[in-house]
Amino acid sequence: MKRRMLVFAEHKEGRLRSASLEALSLAVKLSSGAEVSVVIAGEWDDRLKSECCAELSSYGADRIYIADDPKLRWYAPDSWMRVMRKAHELSQAEAVIFAHTAIGKDLAPRFAARIGAGLISDCTKVESENGEWLFTRPIYAGKALQTKKVVQGPAIFTIRPNNFEIIKPAETKQADIVEMNVEFSSLRTIVKERLAKNADGVDLTEAKVIVAGGRGVKSADGFKPLQQLAEVLGGAVGASRGACDAGYCDYALQIGQTGKVVTPDLYIACGISGAIQHLAGMSASKVIVAINKDPQAPIFQVADYGIVGDLFEVVPELIKQIRNLTAE
Amino acid sequence: MEIIVCVKQTFDSEEKIVMKDGSIAEDDVKYVMNPYDEYAVEEAIRQKEQHGGNVTVITVGPDRTESVLRTALAMGADQAVRIWDEQLADADEYVLSQVLAAAIRRNHFDLILAGYMAIDSGAGQGGPRLAEELDIAHAAAAVKLSIQGRQAVVERDAEGDVEVIEAALPLLVTAQQGLNEPRYPSLPGIMKAKRKPIERLNCSDLGIKPDQLANRTVVVEQMLPPARKAGQMLSGTVAEMAGELISKLKSEDKVI
Repeated sequence: MKRRMLVFAEHKEGRLRSASLEALSLAVKLSSGAEVSVVIAGEWDDRLKSECCAELSSYGADRIYIADDPKLRWYAPDSWMRVMRKAHELSQAEAVIFAHTAIGKDLAPRFAARIGAGLISDCTKVESENGEWLFTRPIYAGKALQTKKVVQGPAIFTIRPNNFEIIKPAETKQADIVEMNVEFSSLRTIVKERLAKNADGVDLTEAKVIVAGGRGVKSADGFKPLQQLAEVLGGAVGASRGACDAGYCDYALQIGQTGKVVTPDLYIACGISGAIQHLAGMSASKVIVAINKDPQAPIFQVADYGIVGDLFEVVPELIKQIRNLTAE
Repeated sequence: MEIIVCVKQTFDSEEKIVMKDGSIAEDDVKYVMNPYDEYAVEEAIRQKEQHGGNVTVITVGPDRTESVLRTALAMGADQAVRIWDEQLADADEYVLSQVLAAAIRRNHFDLILAGYMAIDSGAGQGGPRLAEELDIAHAAAAVKLSIQGRQAVVERDAEGDVEVIEAALPLLVTAQQGLNEPRYPSLPGIMKAKRKPIERLNCSDLGIKPDQLANRTVVVEQMLPPARKAGQMLSGTVAEMAGELISKLKSEDKVI
Protein backbone atom coordinates (compact mmCIF):
# COMPACT_ATOMS: atom_id res chain seq x y z
CA MET A 1 0.00 0.00 0.00
CA LYS A 2 1.36 3.39 -0.97
CA ARG A 3 1.84 5.78 1.91
CA ARG A 4 3.43 9.22 1.93
CA MET A 5 6.27 9.19 4.45
CA LEU A 6 8.01 11.86 6.47
CA VAL A 7 11.37 11.17 8.11
CA PHE A 8 12.74 13.35 10.87
CA ALA A 9 16.51 13.49 10.26
CA GLU A 10 19.27 14.56 12.62
CA HIS A 11 22.84 15.61 12.12
CA LYS A 12 25.74 15.96 14.47
CA GLU A 13 28.40 18.52 13.64
CA GLY A 14 27.10 18.65 10.09
CA ARG A 15 27.11 14.89 9.51
CA LEU A 16 23.87 13.00 9.11
CA ARG A 17 23.42 10.44 11.85
CA SER A 18 23.37 6.85 10.68
CA ALA A 19 20.15 6.28 12.64
CA SER A 20 18.53 8.91 10.39
CA LEU A 21 19.73 7.12 7.25
CA GLU A 22 18.32 3.89 8.69
CA ALA A 23 14.97 5.68 9.14
CA LEU A 24 15.13 7.04 5.58
CA SER A 25 15.90 3.62 4.10
CA LEU A 26 12.97 2.14 6.01
CA ALA A 27 10.71 4.95 4.80
CA VAL A 28 11.68 4.32 1.17
CA LYS A 29 10.87 0.63 1.65
CA LEU A 30 7.53 1.21 3.40
CA SER A 31 6.37 3.97 1.05
CA SER A 32 5.83 1.48 -1.82
CA GLY A 33 6.73 4.25 -4.22
CA ALA A 34 4.79 7.09 -2.59
CA GLU A 35 6.61 10.32 -1.85
CA VAL A 36 9.29 10.23 0.87
CA SER A 37 10.01 13.55 2.55
CA VAL A 38 12.71 14.38 5.06
CA VAL A 39 12.69 17.24 7.56
CA ILE A 40 15.93 18.52 9.00
CA ALA A 41 16.68 21.49 11.21
CA GLY A 42 19.78 23.31 12.36
CA GLU A 43 22.00 26.31 12.04
CA TRP A 44 23.79 25.63 8.80
CA ASP A 45 26.45 26.96 6.53
CA ASP A 46 25.72 26.63 2.82
CA ARG A 47 28.31 23.97 2.14
CA LEU A 48 27.07 21.68 4.92
CA LYS A 49 23.50 22.25 3.86
CA SER A 50 24.14 21.21 0.28
CA GLU A 51 26.24 18.21 1.32
CA CYS A 52 23.53 17.06 3.67
CA CYS A 53 20.81 17.45 1.03
CA ALA A 54 22.92 15.60 -1.54
CA GLU A 55 23.38 12.72 0.87
CA LEU A 56 19.67 12.55 1.72
CA SER A 57 18.89 12.59 -2.02
CA SER A 58 21.27 9.72 -2.62
CA TYR A 59 19.42 7.63 -0.04
CA GLY A 60 16.08 8.15 -1.72
CA ALA A 61 14.53 11.36 -0.36
CA ASP A 62 12.06 12.93 -2.81
CA ARG A 63 11.72 16.17 -0.91
CA ILE A 64 13.71 17.80 1.86
CA TYR A 65 12.14 20.32 4.19
CA ILE A 66 14.91 22.31 5.76
CA ALA A 67 14.83 24.85 8.56
CA ASP A 68 17.88 27.01 9.06
CA ASP A 69 17.99 29.45 11.94
CA PRO A 70 20.44 30.48 14.69
CA LYS A 71 17.70 29.47 17.14
CA LEU A 72 18.08 25.89 15.91
CA ARG A 73 21.70 25.55 16.97
CA TRP A 74 20.65 23.18 19.75
CA TYR A 75 17.61 21.02 20.07
CA ALA A 76 14.72 22.30 22.17
CA PRO A 77 11.19 20.84 22.14
CA ASP A 78 9.35 24.10 21.35
CA SER A 79 11.42 25.20 18.36
CA TRP A 80 11.73 21.73 16.85
CA MET A 81 8.02 21.16 17.27
CA ARG A 82 7.28 24.18 15.08
CA VAL A 83 9.64 22.85 12.41
CA MET A 84 8.05 19.42 12.63
CA ARG A 85 4.48 20.73 12.46
CA LYS A 86 5.23 22.82 9.38
CA ALA A 87 6.96 19.98 7.55
CA HIS A 88 4.12 17.62 8.46
CA GLU A 89 1.52 20.04 7.10
CA LEU A 90 3.44 20.66 3.88
CA SER A 91 4.27 17.00 3.25
CA GLN A 92 0.75 15.70 3.95
CA ALA A 93 2.50 12.58 5.23
CA GLU A 94 0.48 9.55 6.31
CA ALA A 95 3.33 8.09 8.35
CA VAL A 96 6.20 9.68 10.25
CA ILE A 97 9.47 8.03 11.34
CA PHE A 98 11.93 9.26 13.96
CA ALA A 99 15.08 7.53 15.16
CA HIS A 100 14.83 6.60 18.84
CA THR A 101 17.65 8.96 19.81
CA ALA A 102 17.65 11.51 22.64
CA ILE A 103 15.99 14.02 20.29
CA GLY A 104 13.65 11.56 18.59
CA LYS A 105 12.30 10.15 21.83
CA ASP A 106 11.74 13.66 23.17
CA LEU A 107 10.09 15.18 20.11
CA ALA A 108 8.03 12.27 18.77
CA PRO A 109 5.65 11.94 21.78
CA ARG A 110 5.01 15.70 21.88
CA PHE A 111 4.39 15.77 18.15
CA ALA A 112 2.07 12.75 18.31
CA ALA A 113 0.17 14.35 21.21
CA ARG A 114 -0.25 17.60 19.27
CA ILE A 115 -1.97 15.88 16.38
CA GLY A 116 -3.93 13.50 18.64
CA ALA A 117 -2.10 10.45 17.32
CA GLY A 118 -0.60 7.27 18.69
CA LEU A 119 3.11 6.59 18.70
CA ILE A 120 4.94 3.28 18.68
CA SER A 121 8.35 3.80 20.27
CA ASP A 122 11.66 2.05 19.89
CA CYS A 123 10.77 -0.42 17.13
CA THR A 124 13.30 -3.06 16.15
CA LYS A 125 11.30 -4.55 13.28
CA VAL A 126 8.50 -3.37 10.99
CA GLU A 127 6.65 -5.86 8.82
CA SER A 128 3.94 -5.35 6.28
CA GLU A 129 1.06 -7.83 6.36
CA ASN A 130 -2.06 -7.45 4.20
CA GLY A 131 -1.43 -3.75 3.87
CA GLU A 132 -1.10 -3.38 7.61
CA TRP A 133 2.13 -2.62 9.44
CA LEU A 134 3.19 -4.67 12.43
CA PHE A 135 5.77 -3.11 14.73
CA THR A 136 7.96 -5.22 17.01
CA ARG A 137 9.49 -3.55 20.03
CA PRO A 138 11.31 -4.72 23.15
CA ILE A 139 9.62 -4.34 26.53
CA TYR A 140 11.18 -4.82 29.95
CA ALA A 141 14.39 -3.65 28.28
CA GLY A 142 14.38 -6.67 25.98
CA LYS A 143 13.38 -9.39 28.44
CA ALA A 144 10.24 -9.67 26.28
CA LEU A 145 8.98 -8.39 22.93
CA GLN A 146 5.63 -7.06 21.80
CA THR A 147 4.03 -6.51 18.43
CA LYS A 148 1.84 -3.44 18.04
CA LYS A 149 -0.26 -1.89 15.32
CA VAL A 150 -1.94 1.43 14.70
CA VAL A 151 -5.75 1.32 14.88
CA GLN A 152 -6.61 4.99 14.49
CA GLY A 153 -4.88 7.96 12.86
CA PRO A 154 -1.46 8.22 11.20
CA ALA A 155 1.39 5.78 11.87
CA ILE A 156 4.07 7.52 13.88
CA PHE A 157 6.96 5.49 15.17
CA THR A 158 10.55 5.68 16.37
CA ILE A 159 13.14 3.09 15.40
CA ARG A 160 15.99 1.85 17.53
CA PRO A 161 19.41 2.73 16.07
CA ASN A 162 21.49 -0.16 14.64
CA ASN A 163 18.46 -2.35 13.86
CA PHE A 164 17.52 -1.38 10.31
CA GLU A 165 19.63 -1.62 7.19
CA ILE A 166 20.88 1.44 5.34
CA ILE A 167 20.16 0.88 1.65
CA LYS A 168 21.43 3.13 -1.09
CA PRO A 169 19.08 3.05 -4.09
CA ALA A 170 20.75 2.23 -7.42
CA GLU A 171 19.57 5.43 -9.07
CA THR A 172 20.23 8.76 -7.44
CA LYS A 173 17.31 11.12 -7.38
CA GLN A 174 17.50 14.85 -7.10
CA ALA A 175 15.31 15.77 -4.16
CA ASP A 176 13.28 18.99 -4.15
CA ILE A 177 14.62 21.24 -1.46
CA VAL A 178 12.08 23.34 0.40
CA GLU A 179 13.48 26.02 2.70
CA MET A 180 10.87 26.60 5.37
CA ASN A 181 10.24 29.88 7.11
CA VAL A 182 9.37 29.08 10.68
CA GLU A 183 8.44 31.63 13.32
CA PHE A 184 10.51 31.28 16.49
CA SER A 185 9.13 34.02 18.73
CA SER A 186 8.13 33.37 22.36
CA LEU A 187 9.87 30.02 22.84
CA ARG A 188 9.37 28.63 26.33
CA THR A 189 12.60 26.67 26.69
CA ILE A 190 16.00 28.17 25.98
CA VAL A 191 19.22 26.16 25.81
CA LYS A 192 21.86 28.29 27.52
CA GLU A 193 24.83 26.05 26.88
CA ARG A 194 25.94 22.56 26.10
CA LEU A 195 28.78 21.11 28.12
CA ALA A 196 30.56 18.30 26.31
CA LYS A 197 31.27 15.42 28.64
CA ASN A 198 31.11 12.78 25.99
CA ALA A 199 34.61 13.50 24.69
CA ASP A 200 34.95 10.78 22.05
CA GLY A 201 31.60 11.72 20.54
CA VAL A 202 30.44 8.13 19.96
CA ASP A 203 26.93 7.77 21.34
CA LEU A 204 26.34 4.51 23.18
CA THR A 205 23.04 3.67 21.49
CA GLU A 206 24.55 4.14 18.03
CA ALA A 207 27.99 2.64 18.69
CA LYS A 208 28.93 -0.42 16.60
CA VAL A 209 31.33 -1.60 19.29
CA ILE A 210 30.90 -1.22 23.05
CA VAL A 211 33.48 -2.07 25.68
CA ALA A 212 31.69 -2.18 29.04
CA GLY A 213 33.06 -2.47 32.54
CA GLY A 214 31.55 -3.68 35.79
CA ARG A 215 32.55 -3.89 39.42
CA GLY A 216 35.54 -5.99 38.36
CA VAL A 217 37.11 -2.84 36.91
CA LYS A 218 37.59 -1.78 40.53
CA SER A 219 38.10 1.99 40.09
CA ALA A 220 37.65 4.96 37.78
CA ASP A 221 41.29 4.47 36.73
CA GLY A 222 40.51 0.86 35.93
CA PHE A 223 38.34 2.13 33.02
CA LYS A 224 41.42 3.48 31.20
CA PRO A 225 42.37 0.23 29.45
CA LEU A 226 38.69 -0.18 28.47
CA GLN A 227 38.72 3.28 26.95
CA GLN A 228 41.87 2.40 24.99
CA LEU A 229 40.29 -0.80 23.71
CA ALA A 230 37.16 1.12 22.69
CA GLU A 231 39.38 3.62 20.93
CA VAL A 232 41.31 1.07 18.85
CA LEU A 233 37.99 -0.53 17.87
CA GLY A 234 36.28 2.79 17.11
CA GLY A 235 33.69 2.14 19.79
CA ALA A 236 32.27 3.58 22.98
CA VAL A 237 32.65 2.74 26.65
CA GLY A 238 29.70 1.58 28.75
CA ALA A 239 29.24 0.35 32.29
CA SER A 240 27.08 -1.81 34.52
CA ARG A 241 24.95 -0.41 37.31
CA GLY A 242 27.46 -1.82 39.81
CA ALA A 243 30.27 0.26 38.31
CA CYS A 244 28.10 3.41 38.23
CA ASP A 245 26.81 2.94 41.78
CA ALA A 246 30.41 2.45 42.96
CA GLY A 247 31.25 5.82 41.40
CA TYR A 248 33.72 4.46 38.82
CA CYS A 249 31.91 6.29 36.05
CA ASP A 250 29.02 8.55 35.10
CA TYR A 251 25.43 7.28 35.05
CA ALA A 252 25.25 8.40 31.43
CA LEU A 253 27.28 5.27 30.60
CA GLN A 254 25.00 2.82 32.40
CA ILE A 255 23.69 -0.08 30.32
CA GLY A 256 20.74 -2.13 31.55
CA GLN A 257 17.07 -1.97 32.35
CA THR A 258 17.79 1.23 34.21
CA GLY A 259 20.15 3.04 31.88
CA LYS A 260 20.56 2.45 28.18
CA VAL A 261 19.54 -0.50 26.09
CA VAL A 262 22.12 -1.14 23.39
CA THR A 263 22.41 -3.37 20.32
CA PRO A 264 25.94 -2.99 18.95
CA ASP A 265 27.60 -5.43 16.55
CA LEU A 266 30.16 -6.26 19.24
CA TYR A 267 29.76 -6.02 23.01
CA ILE A 268 32.78 -6.74 25.19
CA ALA A 269 31.82 -7.17 28.86
CA CYS A 270 34.80 -6.77 31.18
CA GLY A 271 34.45 -7.68 34.84
CA ILE A 272 30.64 -7.71 34.57
CA SER A 273 28.96 -10.60 36.38
CA GLY A 274 25.70 -10.32 34.41
CA ALA A 275 22.79 -9.35 36.69
CA ILE A 276 19.40 -9.84 35.04
CA GLN A 277 18.85 -6.12 34.75
CA HIS A 278 22.19 -5.68 32.94
CA LEU A 279 21.61 -8.63 30.59
CA ALA A 280 18.29 -7.05 29.60
CA GLY A 281 20.14 -4.02 28.29
CA MET A 282 22.68 -5.79 26.08
CA SER A 283 21.50 -9.31 25.23
CA ALA A 284 20.36 -8.28 21.76
CA SER A 285 23.91 -7.33 20.75
CA LYS A 286 25.06 -9.29 17.69
CA VAL A 287 28.26 -10.71 19.18
CA ILE A 288 28.98 -10.76 22.92
CA VAL A 289 32.41 -11.32 24.45
CA ALA A 290 32.73 -11.79 28.21
CA ILE A 291 35.95 -11.43 30.17
CA ASN A 292 35.60 -12.36 33.83
CA LYS A 293 37.67 -14.00 36.55
CA ASP A 294 34.71 -16.03 37.79
CA PRO A 295 33.91 -18.96 35.45
CA GLN A 296 30.44 -19.19 37.08
CA ALA A 297 29.49 -15.59 36.19
CA PRO A 298 26.03 -15.54 34.49
CA ILE A 299 27.41 -13.26 31.76
CA PHE A 300 29.06 -16.34 30.17
CA GLN A 301 25.60 -17.81 29.51
CA VAL A 302 24.82 -15.10 26.97
CA ALA A 303 28.36 -14.69 25.61
CA ASP A 304 29.41 -15.96 22.19
CA TYR A 305 33.02 -16.02 23.38
CA GLY A 306 34.14 -16.29 26.98
CA ILE A 307 37.54 -15.67 28.47
CA VAL A 308 38.07 -16.63 32.09
CA GLY A 309 40.85 -14.36 33.24
CA ASP A 310 41.97 -11.07 34.68
CA LEU A 311 40.68 -8.22 32.56
CA PHE A 312 43.78 -6.18 33.40
CA GLU A 313 45.85 -8.81 31.58
CA VAL A 314 43.41 -9.68 28.81
CA VAL A 315 42.38 -6.17 27.76
CA PRO A 316 45.95 -4.80 27.29
CA GLU A 317 46.80 -7.96 25.32
CA LEU A 318 43.79 -7.38 23.05
CA ILE A 319 44.83 -3.75 22.52
CA LYS A 320 48.38 -4.82 21.66
CA GLN A 321 47.32 -7.49 19.17
CA ILE A 322 44.71 -5.27 17.48
CA ARG A 323 47.29 -2.49 17.13
CA ASN A 324 49.76 -4.96 15.58
CA LEU A 325 47.07 -6.09 13.20
CA THR A 326 46.21 -2.59 12.04
CA ALA A 327 49.92 -1.74 11.73
CA GLU A 328 50.43 -4.63 9.29
CA MET B 1 4.72 25.68 45.13
CA GLU B 2 2.21 23.08 43.93
CA ILE B 3 4.12 20.03 42.73
CA ILE B 4 2.64 16.99 40.99
CA VAL B 5 4.59 13.74 40.58
CA CYS B 6 3.46 11.06 38.15
CA VAL B 7 4.47 7.58 39.25
CA LYS B 8 4.04 4.07 37.90
CA GLN B 9 4.26 0.67 39.48
CA THR B 10 6.55 -1.74 37.61
CA PHE B 11 8.10 -5.16 38.02
CA ASP B 12 11.32 -5.13 40.04
CA SER B 13 14.24 -4.95 37.58
CA GLU B 14 15.62 -8.28 38.86
CA GLU B 15 12.38 -10.09 37.86
CA LYS B 16 12.53 -12.61 35.02
CA ILE B 17 9.68 -12.49 32.54
CA VAL B 18 7.50 -15.60 32.30
CA MET B 19 4.81 -16.03 29.64
CA LYS B 20 1.46 -17.56 30.49
CA ASP B 21 -1.28 -18.02 27.85
CA GLY B 22 0.31 -15.48 25.54
CA SER B 23 0.71 -12.74 28.11
CA ILE B 24 3.23 -11.88 30.77
CA ALA B 25 2.57 -13.72 34.04
CA GLU B 26 2.06 -11.48 37.05
CA ASP B 27 1.88 -14.20 39.71
CA ASP B 28 4.30 -13.75 42.60
CA VAL B 29 6.00 -10.85 40.88
CA LYS B 30 7.70 -8.30 43.10
CA TYR B 31 6.34 -4.84 42.29
CA VAL B 32 8.25 -1.63 42.93
CA MET B 33 8.00 2.03 42.09
CA ASN B 34 9.52 2.57 38.63
CA PRO B 35 13.15 3.48 39.52
CA TYR B 36 13.10 6.69 37.46
CA ASP B 37 9.97 7.80 39.31
CA GLU B 38 11.82 7.48 42.63
CA TYR B 39 14.13 10.26 41.49
CA ALA B 40 11.06 12.32 40.57
CA VAL B 41 9.43 11.83 43.98
CA GLU B 42 12.71 12.63 45.78
CA GLU B 43 13.17 15.79 43.73
CA ALA B 44 9.61 16.94 44.45
CA ILE B 45 10.19 16.56 48.18
CA ARG B 46 13.52 18.40 48.01
CA GLN B 47 11.93 21.28 46.06
CA LYS B 48 9.14 21.45 48.60
CA GLU B 49 11.65 21.44 51.48
CA GLN B 50 13.38 24.37 49.82
CA HIS B 51 10.42 26.42 48.57
CA GLY B 52 7.48 25.21 50.64
CA GLY B 53 4.26 23.99 49.10
CA ASN B 54 2.50 20.76 48.50
CA VAL B 55 3.40 17.48 46.74
CA THR B 56 0.70 15.35 45.11
CA VAL B 57 1.60 11.95 43.66
CA ILE B 58 -0.62 10.49 40.98
CA THR B 59 -0.83 7.10 39.33
CA VAL B 60 -3.08 5.19 36.97
CA GLY B 61 -3.58 1.57 37.97
CA PRO B 62 -5.56 -1.08 39.85
CA ASP B 63 -5.66 -1.55 43.65
CA ARG B 64 -2.19 -3.11 43.89
CA THR B 65 -0.60 0.11 42.59
CA GLU B 66 -1.54 1.93 45.79
CA SER B 67 1.63 0.55 47.35
CA VAL B 68 3.74 2.95 45.26
CA LEU B 69 1.55 5.86 46.39
CA ARG B 70 2.08 4.80 50.02
CA THR B 71 5.83 4.65 49.41
CA ALA B 72 5.80 8.18 47.96
CA LEU B 73 3.68 9.42 50.87
CA ALA B 74 6.09 7.77 53.31
CA MET B 75 9.01 9.52 51.57
CA GLY B 76 7.28 12.84 52.21
CA ALA B 77 4.59 13.52 49.60
CA ASP B 78 1.44 15.10 51.05
CA GLN B 79 -1.40 13.47 49.18
CA ALA B 80 -2.08 10.98 46.42
CA VAL B 81 -4.48 10.34 43.56
CA ARG B 82 -5.15 6.97 41.98
CA ILE B 83 -7.15 6.75 38.77
CA TRP B 84 -8.60 3.45 37.66
CA ASP B 85 -11.29 2.07 35.47
CA GLU B 86 -11.56 -1.35 33.81
CA GLN B 87 -11.59 0.53 30.50
CA LEU B 88 -8.01 1.57 31.15
CA ALA B 89 -6.63 -1.98 31.38
CA ASP B 90 -5.22 -1.87 27.83
CA ALA B 91 -4.87 1.90 27.51
CA ASP B 92 -2.13 3.12 25.16
CA GLU B 93 0.06 6.16 25.80
CA TYR B 94 -2.44 8.46 24.08
CA VAL B 95 -5.32 7.45 26.36
CA LEU B 96 -3.16 7.52 29.51
CA SER B 97 -2.02 11.05 28.76
CA GLN B 98 -5.66 12.16 28.30
CA VAL B 99 -6.58 10.73 31.68
CA LEU B 100 -3.55 12.12 33.54
CA ALA B 101 -4.00 15.55 31.96
CA ALA B 102 -7.68 15.62 32.95
CA ALA B 103 -6.80 14.82 36.56
CA ILE B 104 -3.98 17.37 36.75
CA ARG B 105 -5.95 20.16 35.06
CA ARG B 106 -8.46 20.22 37.93
CA ASN B 107 -6.13 22.19 40.19
CA HIS B 108 -3.44 24.82 39.97
CA PHE B 109 0.12 23.46 39.60
CA ASP B 110 3.61 24.93 39.20
CA LEU B 111 5.83 21.93 38.59
CA ILE B 112 5.23 18.42 37.32
CA LEU B 113 7.86 15.74 37.82
CA ALA B 114 7.91 12.29 36.25
CA GLY B 115 10.43 9.56 35.50
CA TYR B 116 12.33 9.81 32.21
CA MET B 117 10.86 6.46 31.23
CA ALA B 118 9.30 3.38 32.76
CA ILE B 119 11.43 0.26 32.84
CA ASP B 120 8.54 -1.95 31.67
CA SER B 121 7.19 -0.34 28.49
CA GLY B 122 10.38 1.63 27.92
CA ALA B 123 8.58 4.02 25.57
CA GLY B 124 9.28 7.24 27.47
CA GLN B 125 6.20 8.94 26.04
CA GLY B 126 4.47 9.91 29.29
CA GLY B 127 6.32 13.12 30.16
CA PRO B 128 6.45 14.87 26.78
CA ARG B 129 2.88 13.83 25.91
CA LEU B 130 1.51 15.13 29.20
CA ALA B 131 3.34 18.45 28.78
CA GLU B 132 1.81 18.83 25.33
CA GLU B 133 -1.69 17.99 26.56
CA LEU B 134 -1.33 20.60 29.31
CA ASP B 135 0.29 23.05 26.88
CA ILE B 136 3.34 23.65 29.07
CA ALA B 137 7.07 23.38 28.40
CA HIS B 138 9.07 20.33 29.37
CA ALA B 139 12.70 19.41 29.96
CA ALA B 140 13.60 15.72 29.73
CA ALA B 141 16.28 13.62 31.43
CA ALA B 142 17.13 16.15 34.13
CA VAL B 143 20.25 15.56 36.21
CA LYS B 144 19.90 18.85 38.13
CA LEU B 145 17.00 21.18 38.83
CA SER B 146 17.19 24.61 40.46
CA ILE B 147 14.23 26.94 40.84
CA GLN B 148 14.32 30.62 41.74
CA GLY B 149 11.05 32.46 41.81
CA ARG B 150 9.20 31.43 38.65
CA GLN B 151 12.37 30.52 36.76
CA ALA B 152 13.81 27.02 36.51
CA VAL B 153 17.27 25.99 35.35
CA VAL B 154 17.53 22.36 34.30
CA GLU B 155 20.71 20.49 33.52
CA ARG B 156 19.79 17.59 31.29
CA ASP B 157 21.57 14.55 29.96
CA ALA B 158 21.83 14.84 26.18
CA GLU B 159 23.44 11.60 25.03
CA GLY B 160 26.22 11.90 27.57
CA ASP B 161 26.66 15.66 27.23
CA VAL B 162 25.00 18.09 29.63
CA GLU B 163 22.64 20.76 28.33
CA VAL B 164 21.64 23.73 30.48
CA ILE B 165 18.05 24.82 29.88
CA GLU B 166 16.08 27.77 31.21
CA ALA B 167 12.32 27.80 31.36
CA ALA B 168 9.59 29.54 33.32
CA LEU B 169 7.11 27.66 35.50
CA PRO B 170 4.77 25.88 34.99
CA LEU B 171 7.14 23.25 33.72
CA LEU B 172 7.27 19.48 33.40
CA VAL B 173 10.62 17.86 34.16
CA THR B 174 11.49 14.19 33.69
CA ALA B 175 14.06 12.67 36.00
CA GLN B 176 17.20 10.90 34.80
CA GLN B 177 19.52 8.82 36.97
CA GLY B 178 21.92 11.03 38.86
CA LEU B 179 19.31 13.73 39.62
CA ASN B 180 19.49 12.84 43.31
CA GLU B 181 19.78 9.95 45.72
CA PRO B 182 16.22 8.87 46.64
CA ARG B 183 15.67 8.54 50.39
CA TYR B 184 14.33 5.44 52.07
CA PRO B 185 11.03 6.03 53.83
CA SER B 186 11.61 6.39 57.61
CA LEU B 187 9.51 4.48 60.13
CA PRO B 188 7.68 7.66 61.29
CA GLY B 189 7.24 8.51 57.62
CA ILE B 190 5.60 5.13 56.99
CA MET B 191 3.30 5.62 60.00
CA LYS B 192 2.33 9.10 58.89
CA ALA B 193 1.69 7.93 55.32
CA LYS B 194 -1.10 5.69 56.57
CA ARG B 195 -3.10 8.76 57.55
CA LYS B 196 -2.42 10.76 54.37
CA PRO B 197 -5.32 10.95 51.91
CA ILE B 198 -5.55 8.94 48.67
CA GLU B 199 -8.20 10.20 46.27
CA ARG B 200 -9.64 7.50 43.99
CA LEU B 201 -11.09 8.54 40.65
CA ASN B 202 -12.51 6.88 37.57
CA CYS B 203 -12.95 8.12 34.01
CA SER B 204 -16.43 9.51 34.53
CA ASP B 205 -15.26 11.47 37.60
CA LEU B 206 -12.80 13.13 35.25
CA GLY B 207 -15.32 13.70 32.46
CA ILE B 208 -13.26 11.75 29.92
CA LYS B 209 -14.96 11.68 26.51
CA PRO B 210 -15.26 8.47 24.45
CA ASP B 211 -12.75 9.63 21.82
CA GLN B 212 -10.21 10.24 24.58
CA LEU B 213 -10.59 6.59 25.57
CA ALA B 214 -10.06 5.30 22.02
CA ASN B 215 -6.64 3.67 21.77
CA ARG B 216 -4.57 4.83 18.80
CA THR B 217 -2.33 1.77 19.00
CA VAL B 218 -2.91 -1.76 20.31
CA VAL B 219 -0.74 -4.69 21.33
CA VAL B 220 -1.16 -7.63 18.96
CA GLU B 221 1.13 -10.13 20.61
CA GLN B 222 3.70 -10.49 23.39
CA MET B 223 6.50 -13.03 23.39
CA LEU B 224 9.91 -13.89 24.75
CA PRO B 225 12.95 -13.06 22.62
CA PRO B 226 14.83 -15.96 21.03
CA ALA B 227 17.20 -17.44 23.61
CA ARG B 228 20.89 -16.87 23.02
CA LYS B 229 22.91 -19.98 22.39
CA ALA B 230 25.67 -20.67 24.87
CA GLY B 231 28.93 -19.72 23.28
CA GLN B 232 32.46 -20.93 23.28
CA MET B 233 34.92 -20.66 26.16
CA LEU B 234 38.41 -19.87 24.91
CA SER B 235 41.43 -21.52 26.46
CA GLY B 236 45.20 -21.22 26.53
CA THR B 237 47.51 -18.41 27.62
CA VAL B 238 46.25 -14.83 27.67
CA ALA B 239 48.05 -14.15 24.39
CA GLU B 240 46.57 -17.27 22.77
CA MET B 241 43.04 -16.47 23.91
CA ALA B 242 43.34 -12.87 22.73
CA GLY B 243 44.68 -14.04 19.38
CA GLU B 244 41.91 -16.58 18.86
CA LEU B 245 39.25 -14.06 19.85
CA ILE B 246 40.51 -11.40 17.47
CA SER B 247 40.77 -13.81 14.58
CA LYS B 248 37.21 -15.09 15.15
CA LEU B 249 35.76 -11.59 15.50
CA LYS B 250 37.56 -10.56 12.35
CA SER B 251 37.10 -13.49 9.97
CA GLU B 252 34.01 -15.33 11.24
CA ASP B 253 31.82 -12.65 12.78
CA LYS B 254 33.27 -9.75 10.77
CA VAL B 255 32.57 -7.27 13.52
CA ILE B 256 36.05 -5.73 13.77
